[in-house]
Amino acid sequence: MADNIYLPHPVTIEKVTQEAPGVRTLRLKFKDEEVARTFEFKAGQFGEYSAFGEGESTFCIASSPTRKGYIECTFREAGKVTSALAKLEEGQTMGFRGPYGNTFPLDEWKGKSLLFVAGGIALPPMRCVIWNALDTRSNFKDISILYGAKSVADLVYKHELREWEERPDVNLLTTVDPGGETPGWKGQVGFVPAVLEKMNPTAENTVAIVCGPPVMIKFTFPVLDKLGFKPENIYTTLENRMKCGVGKCGRCNVGSKYVCKDGPVFSRAQLEALPAEY
Amino acid sequence: MNELRSKAKELLDSKAVDLFIGYEEGTRLPRPLIATSAEEADRLIFDERCTGNLAVYLTRKDLAAGGRKVGIVASYYAMRSISRLLDENQLREGAVKVFGLTQDGGLTLFEAIADVKQYLQETPAPSRQVEDEWAKEIAEMSAAERWKYWTGELSKCFKCYACRAACPMCYCTRCIVEVNRPQWLQPWAATMSNMEWQLNRVMHMAGRCSDCGACGAACPLGLPVHIIAHKMTEIVRQNFGEPTETGNVLSTFSPNDKENFIG
Amino acid sequence: MEQKYIPKASLKAWLGKVRDDGRRLYAPVTENGKTSFRRVKSADEISMEHVQTAQSAKGVAFPRTERLFSYVRQPDGDVTLQDYDPSAIPDTVVFGLRPCDAAALKPLSGIFGWDTEDKPFSERMRRVVFVGVSCSRCDAFCFCTSVGGHPGSAEGSDILLTVVGDGEGYLAEIVTDRGRALVEKGGDLFESATGISKEDYLAEVPVRFSVEEVQRKMAGAFEGDIWKSQSARCLGCGACAFVCPACACFDIQENARGSGAGDRIRCWDSCGFSLFTLHTSGHNPRSTQSQRWRQRLLHKFCYMPQRLSVRGCTGCGRCSRACPVDMNLAEHLGEFEHL
Repeated sequence: MADNIYLPHPVTIEKVTQEAPGVRTLRLKFKDEEVARTFEFKAGQFGEYSAFGEGESTFCIASSPTRKGYIECTFREAGKVTSALAKLEEGQTMGFRGPYGNTFPLDEWKGKSLLFVAGGIALPPMRCVIWNALDTRSNFKDISILYGAKSVADLVYKHELREWEERPDVNLLTTVDPGGETPGWKGQVGFVPAVLEKMNPTAENTVAIVCGPPVMIKFTFPVLDKLGFKPENIYTTLENRMKCGVGKCGRCNVGSKYVCKDGPVFSRAQLEALPAEY
Repeated sequence: MNELRSKAKELLDSKAVDLFIGYEEGTRLPRPLIATSAEEADRLIFDERCTGNLAVYLTRKDLAAGGRKVGIVASYYAMRSISRLLDENQLREGAVKVFGLTQDGGLTLFEAIADVKQYLQETPAPSRQVEDEWAKEIAEMSAAERWKYWTGELSKCFKCYACRAACPMCYCTRCIVEVNRPQWLQPWAATMSNMEWQLNRVMHMAGRCSDCGACGAACPLGLPVHIIAHKMTEIVRQNFGEPTETGNVLSTFSPNDKENFIG
Repeated sequence: MEQKYIPKASLKAWLGKVRDDGRRLYAPVTENGKTSFRRVKSADEISMEHVQTAQSAKGVAFPRTERLFSYVRQPDGDVTLQDYDPSAIPDTVVFGLRPCDAAALKPLSGIFGWDTEDKPFSERMRRVVFVGVSCSRCDAFCFCTSVGGHPGSAEGSDILLTVVGDGEGYLAEIVTDRGRALVEKGGDLFESATGISKEDYLAEVPVRFSVEEVQRKMAGAFEGDIWKSQSARCLGCGACAFVCPACACFDIQENARGSGAGDRIRCWDSCGFSLFTLHTSGHNPRSTQSQRWRQRLLHKFCYMPQRLSVRGCTGCGRCSRACPVDMNLAEHLGEFEHL
């Protein structure tokens, strides 16, 4: 008999990290030892996270598949379920089902340089890939990260940003929107697309991974064009509303493609072939 | 008919209106037509079969809202809705030209909603005999019978919200049934949550409902949800009188308001 | 396909035997002028005078509201889950569904079975036997023959009955082993059938358009104006989706019973609702009714054929009958042909 695809795995919250105002990371461990031992996923995949009594919410898995024994999710408190998840404490039980969706083609990127461009709360899907790439560092040439947020307080993974900054094999650039800087801010001030243009990364043998709010993506793509990035070398993730995560509930499709099954990872070339329904 | 078409064409051609909301022949009965050109206006009809309430389109963002000027044909009850939409600041005086079918079958153009209000005051409402008798029949049931009747009917509801969609006064962009912080109503279909939904829907209509019956006519399962609205309209009228331009029973307070319904 | 004959007078006796076996019997029942599938206690309640029931029979496999699992919070804060229990699903016979409804079981199964099995759906399907009844009449909304169907099609039915002669009996086509088992319950009530052609007793449903041409034109019309002009009068309710035998969109909700326990449930939803695709951020990829109408048609006539090799429409015409503003699907589809 088939398993019930809607039944979540109970998971224990091992660690709660307050990343920024209203943004938290939960480190989760499967309660079932067999599941904990056999669970596998790849960078880019997502899951449905349950706050029992309130419902489910969709987020990417924000931890790297190279870090075994747990998964992490990072979310902003925004609706009914995320508010409930934000109230949960270490040691409490929630639910997870997944992994769902496709993955970033890290195998195809071997031998290439990676340029990560992220805005705001869209760093989590990329953090998974970043750590995956850093944990298999020899597979890639240069790794550059451009990350921007509204203000210094809104930057997530502050601890890891420092870690990346200190690593000699990572080129990290952080920026905040004008007005979002603090007196001691040493990073850039300006919107992501403008800073990217100034950063002037090479498109040569480089894959760009871009995640952020729609307006950031909209203005970042033309900059990448200018820099010479081909649409097939630009990747992003789509975040359409989902309920089931497995291609049945009918919400997340963009034309004939289902973000939950064919995505969430799309190259810009793939996006260009789709209608603008995201 | 020809008079309506030529007037609608004239208004569209002269840009006096941007769109004209009327009826065209449908599969079985006339159906709404939203004409934006003289060519489309040639399909307009208006007769005694056109009993729907087209005022529902007047608050649609993609159609009539946003400063667009509209011509609309309206039955008596649709005129009532138009009048109330003006009172609730959902319409601007001057933006709507109303074509009414008077009781002698003639067509009257109301240039202003004030004229519509005048007409409504001077003209007795068309009979609601069927609804009156239906409501009376239900009222005469014992409480247990009435409970059985309504649970029986509303158990069938599958919450397609056609009743809401067809109602000109249901113009909220986020309906209470879809608000989830807190979740006031259970959004799925089940007998009790269906009853919750209908009671809430109708309570929100108190003193606002035009009694047009569009909610019941829209129900694909033929549930008599308009009878709840009809009954409520009658109760409100008896207890609080007709709504006025200063507001309705829900939006106004008077120290003399009756409280006898509070058990 | 094996054929048998059952006199009208014996039909009730057969359905009685079917029920005696402990199965639930769902069949069309007419009440206040509307005919709907109901659980019936006696075959006397069944009415077959209708062209089409107000709702399809899909609720038997995809109920409007269904529990997916339950949770219980323990005093120590831990949560235990209680899985979906298929043993509670009753064995069921659906009698009297029209060929267009039976044909819709294929697209429904296509959606629920896409790569991953949907247990609540598949477990219900496993326990249902479908007894179809061919159409001897049609109405202005019917268009099964335009979308590859037929008023006497046996597809999807386990048994297909066709009223033959002067209405004194049914030709029974036994389509599946499940159907055969049900016929065998009737024993002698079924007689041998020879020389009966059902074709003589079927409704003539006119072909309204070339579906291949419609699909071809529709696939290229994403950016066109037709969606807007067709949907201008659409009120954005879910009537069309809820009466559709092939619509499967759903929502997942939490039915919390206090703070200690509750159910995760799924309930019908519709792509026509404005909030269906609304993001928490306020962004909505399908923010206008014309975009939602486009999704409805493209899903059924382009995306499903492309992804699941089956159309999401069987021409039952229910959406058009149910629509408060007469969005006549066959008429609108026909308009694509002339684009």
